[in-house]
Amino acid sequence: MLNDFLLLMKAELALAFILFLVLILKVGKEITNERLLALIQLLLLGNFIFGFFFIESGSLFGGMFTTNGLIAFQKSIISLGIYLISLLFSDWLKKSELLPEFFILLLSAVLGMFFLISSGNLLMFYLSVELATIPVAAMANFDLDKKISSEASMKMILSSALSSGVLLFGISLIYGATGTISFDQIPALLDGNGLQILAFVFLFTAFAFKLSIVPFHLWTADVYEGSPIAVTSFLSVISKGAITFILLTTLYKVFAPMHDLWYNMVMLLSVITMVVGNLFALRQQNIKRFLAFSSIAQVGFILLGISSHSMEGTSSVVYFVLIYVFSNLAAFGVAGAISQAAGKERIEDYKGLYQTNPLISWVLALSLFSLAGIPPTAGFFGKLFLITAGASKGNYFFITVAALNMIISLYYYLRIVSAVFMDTNHQPIPKINLDHSTKLGMIICGAGIILIGLLSWVYDYITALSF
Amino acid sequence: MNLTLLILLPLLTAVVILLMRSGVQVKWSALIGASAQFILALILFFAFRKERALGNEAQMLFELQYKWFPSWHISFHLGVDGISVAMILLTAFVVIAGVLVSWNVEKMTKEFYLLLILLSLGAYGFFISLDLFILFFFLEIAVIPKYLLIGIWGSGKKEYAANKLALMLMGGSALVLVGLLGLYFGGSENTFDLLLLSKIQIPVIVQKICFPLLFVGFGVFTALFPFHTWVPDGHSSAPTAGSMFLAGISMKLGGYGCLRVATYLMPEGAKEYANLIIVLSAIAILYGAFATMMQKDLKYINAYSSVSHCGFVLLGVGMLTKTAIAGAVMQMVSHGLMTALFFAVIGMIYERTHTREVNEMGGLIKVMPFITTVLFIVGLCSLGLPGLSGFVAEMTVFMGSWQNPDPFHRVATIAACMSIVVTAVYILRAIGQTAMGPMNERYLSLQDARWNEKLAAIILIVGIIAIGIAPFWLNDLVTPAADIIMQKIAGK
Repeated sequence: MLNDFLLLMKAELALAFILFLVLILKVGKEITNERLLALIQLLLLGNFIFGFFFIESGSLFGGMFTTNGLIAFQKSIISLGIYLISLLFSDWLKKSELLPEFFILLLSAVLGMFFLISSGNLLMFYLSVELATIPVAAMANFDLDKKISSEASMKMILSSALSSGVLLFGISLIYGATGTISFDQIPALLDGNGLQILAFVFLFTAFAFKLSIVPFHLWTADVYEGSPIAVTSFLSVISKGAITFILLTTLYKVFAPMHDLWYNMVMLLSVITMVVGNLFALRQQNIKRFLAFSSIAQVGFILLGISSHSMEGTSSVVYFVLIYVFSNLAAFGVAGAISQAAGKERIEDYKGLYQTNPLISWVLALSLFSLAGIPPTAGFFGKLFLITAGASKGNYFFITVAALNMIISLYYYLRIVSAVFMDTNHQPIPKINLDHSTKLGMIICGAGIILIGLLSWVYDYITALSF
Repeated sequence: MNLTLLILLPLLTAVVILLMRSGVQVKWSALIGASAQFILALILFFAFRKERALGNEAQMLFELQYKWFPSWHISFHLGVDGISVAMILLTAFVVIAGVLVSWNVEKMTKEFYLLLILLSLGAYGFFISLDLFILFFFLEIAVIPKYLLIGIWGSGKKEYAANKLALMLMGGSALVLVGLLGLYFGGSENTFDLLLLSKIQIPVIVQKICFPLLFVGFGVFTALFPFHTWVPDGHSSAPTAGSMFLAGISMKLGGYGCLRVATYLMPEGAKEYANLIIVLSAIAILYGAFATMMQKDLKYINAYSSVSHCGFVLLGVGMLTKTAIAGAVMQMVSHGLMTALFFAVIGMIYERTHTREVNEMGGLIKVMPFITTVLFIVGLCSLGLPGLSGFVAEMTVFMGSWQNPDPFHRVATIAACMSIVVTAVYILRAIGQTAMGPMNERYLSLQDARWNEKLAAIILIVGIIAIGIAPFWLNDLVTPAADIIMQKIAGK
């Protein structure tokens, strides 16, 4: 029993260990921010590598907690993401007075996500959603002297509270309709009656809030703009990744019998989300708001893959999230470095960036191409597989709309590329001296963006896990 | 021979360029890389002929297949037939000429050559892939280098032109993507493999839906009317080598795709829409020719005439006869060489006179005999003088078109033929005003072509004349492959 417990929950235990270590260091003797950050980076790297060992599948606590190879891999993606965040934003983190607190909050949220991905029961699901959300709201307020940051935090708390309420209502309806909250037992009891559909709609609405699916996306841009960039990147990459993973489980496992019902809904929402996200992204001037809306559009593509309800759907969505971690974090990393060094966050300030900062410019260009889905970057493969998975149901009208959306998104990604590479500026952003960990983070992201697509065994590995 | 070399060589060149420090090193490594490509393409050509002479009648030669994303039934499947070999030769000719012509690019030399080489990588990959997924992959790889080449090194409304080009080509790619997915899921087997798809039954309804998607998608690349609007802006704003690559290679990707993917895989769809294609390409031919008459800028003249000339490619495809299809491929090769040379000459003239306006030039033959001679050769090729490649290709297309006996095809052929008169008018007027007539005083001190420019021009002229006076080698290369496509269309 103890053995099982240790093995199956090893990811959570490792994370909790790091969390408490940081806490002890915080209350213990004085330690400089640089050394503490270096230690944390090392621990997070260790945590990521550790994620690939001792992978077991099984469940604990009467099915409340389940894990298997795919779930372990999903957790590894998240571990990789937080390791990259600790690298990319090291400049900002070092200067922060509350470095330990930041990581305590971040790691608690990640712990919540780990439990969320592993949850096998609606109660566990609800609790871990809360654990994954509340610390992030506190993190959103981390630029303590900025009013806009508190505003972001407040908006996030309010919208999370609303979505939690909706979620709880949905859970109670499901319990009322089926008499159980266990993921294993619900599918057999679903017959698609009105109450169950209503319950599903409420449950899905909660997901839609968290994933900022249109029309539940309105909180996203303000929160992203107000939060420090490190937190924005965490929100838009890691949080969304975790929620996407559990959405996959929920739709494919729990609500599989109602597939015919949710297919149309997901497909429609996918296309609306893409179109609205893209159209709003067109006119953004602030890079954070811009990335917020572009990430809404990306969620649209994820939903397209999910709608296929097949093994290809699972593997292409997990694959896309992996690629998304690299591409979006690289973009946020560059935005963070520029914002930290020059205090500029507007796209027009990026004009002429290539003249002064070639490395950053190439990383930014690569990440934007990957987000736009241009080969040879990984984003091309990720998006193509999502679309292919979505097309397997033969709904070509929506597929065409999705493909045409790639043109709109290319337009606004190219807007930044042309500002960076083509425009001239009398006062370009001066040469930025990146510290070593930021540079390392950018190189890892760049390498990931190029290699993950071309090396097809990464996808094969995910496929092997999905079956 | 191993076809992966055609991909690995540009990749290696790109890496070497990245490692170089000074501009001179970059140029020489690019030139060595391009020459190696050229030699490799010639080796491929002779190896291909040898295999065929030995009686190897397989549809595709030098086939290779590596595993790549097996769960989607995708494989890295390469192979060439005569059409691909012809296109690879064309690419190699244009690449080496493009590298030579850009010898005095001073602004961000390393990035410039890197993008040129990446563009050639995309083209080679596209022409040798036998799997539609990697074909699409290589098609899209080339979009970003084009965008950056125009946007950074271009002139005039460069950002507008770069955006327009990237978005329109991306739009074309999006249609291609949907069409490919239709093929993947529509047939009896989920596969992207070209040879496999050509053997299985694709339902007629799928063909009727997917053919226009694929044809229009690829057609955007090759200036299918009314999706040709990126051509004049893109070409005129691009730097010299950029225009050469765009018109010489990139537009041919579309023509090749229309033929190899759309028409070959979906003969029923092709028959359904053939008349529409003929009408659109006849419009493109005539409209392009008349629009050229109104242009004053040399680059615009060549860009609009490219619309007209590429119309012959699609006309040949739409005619659905063996000769016309072979003619379409020959027109692609011929136009690629000719238009690359034309843009190279315009670049040379512009670099010296700092104007591309025909009215402001005159009498240049006195100061620049070499350059103006090249201009004459390329102009005469463009208007279809016998002995040069343009005549051979267009004649083949016309002969193939005339094989269709009904009035509709005859009228379309005659209409297309009439464009040759218009072509003669604008070409002769442009060349005459540029080269002959009274000379402007300020052009007295201009220098003639340098070694690199001479070499580039001679390489391309050799190609043009080789096709012009000995068309049989190209014809022998292309016709058997066109025959296979025709047999599939005829349902044998």
